[in-house]
Amino acid sequence: MIPEVSIQSLALSRGGRQLFSRLILKLSPGEAVALTGRNGAGKTSLLRAIAGLIAPDEGVIAFGGVEPAEAREAMHLLGHLDGLKSSRTARDELSFWTGFAGGAADAPEAAAARLDLLPLLDLEVRRLSAGQRRRLALARLLAAPRPLWLLDEPLSPLDAEWRGRFGEIMGEHLSTGGMILAAVHDPLPLAARTVEVGR
Amino acid sequence: MSRISTLLARETALAWGKGGGPMVAVGFYAGVATLLPLAVGSEPERLAAIAPGAAWVALALAALLSLDRLFERDYEDGSLDLLTLSPVPLEIICAVKCLAQWLATGLPLALAAPVAAIALGASPQLSGLVIACALLGGLAFSFMGGIGAALSLGARRGGLLTAVIVLPLFVPPVIFGGGALASLDSGLPWKAGFALLGAYTAAAVALGPLAMAAACRNALS
Repeated sequence: MIPEVSIQSLALSRGGRQLFSRLILKLSPGEAVALTGRNGAGKTSLLRAIAGLIAPDEGVIAFGGVEPAEAREAMHLLGHLDGLKSSRTARDELSFWTGFAGGAADAPEAAAARLDLLPLLDLEVRRLSAGQRRRLALARLLAAPRPLWLLDEPLSPLDAEWRGRFGEIMGEHLSTGGMILAAVHDPLPLAARTVEVGR
Repeated sequence: MSRISTLLARETALAWGKGGGPMVAVGFYAGVATLLPLAVGSEPERLAAIAPGAAWVALALAALLSLDRLFERDYEDGSLDLLTLSPVPLEIICAVKCLAQWLATGLPLALAAPVAAIALGASPQLSGLVIACALLGGLAFSFMGGIGAALSLGARRGGLLTAVIVLPLFVPPVIFGGGALASLDSGLPWKAGFALLGAYTAAAVALGPLAMAAACRNALS
């Protein structure tokens, strides 16, 4: 469990170009923050820095006293690169990622039911549409509960109905003390603080 | 522990499903064993002399061919990002991937090696040592090769770069293993060469994951 995420005067650069500096952000349990900003402003890089994949130029990313290595086990990262192997079935992939993230054995089934994926579980991932594939990636978040969700454009391939239903799922996550940090271009389907990245 | 076995099962299934497994190994040897007489001439004495060595060439080729997808696909589809968000250290993850690669390609090839060697005219009493050398050597190829695969992550034409990095690292096991086989064939003591092969493999298994994990972290950041 991580009590909070606190980012102090963070500066990030990619390929020798500084994306932003002096970024300040605080996220407490039950809170959702929508990261906005133009293309290339550094929203994805910020999420990857929080996940420990990129080292910041300066500044601190703290998790309320929890060591970063330990904090990583308490976060889910969801991006357009979803780590799903197209040659394997949806069921295999969902149960692998659930098991690897430390979820219960019966959790994949329940999460798939929640996202209406049960009839699709025996299909290879390559047969799924972009929206179905995104739902499969989202099912992973439900199957292995972790408090911090780092979402990169989570809504883009989803249709209007699923955007709404995903809003409900995010709301439930917040009501159980979860935290959501989402890079978005469209507004999130729930009340969220907005932080603009870059400029 | 259950996470590591889950990962091993998935990686083995992926490697087995895509260009691994016993049938592919047998087919690969059939190809190499057919190509060799055509290339070097079909005199039985000559073939018998190079037969044990053919196993090494086939093993090294097979290892090289499968290295390309060891990390590259996981890097491209984001799996590598997600694998780092777990309590399992990246070093262990890299070791598991190499082990799975060896289980799916190296192990079947090693078991098929004596068949190919005998078909080319090697003496059947060499079979035991051919299998043992191929098992150990294949493991060293997987772990040393993994370093090259991780270092060339994100490079365009990474496959060729991997081969250039990795082939020099394949030289010692070939010298030790080939030497042990040649010694046994001519009735000389063979244990020293085999022990050196074992030592090289142990070093590859112990140190390879450290280098692979560092290279993966560098590629991701």
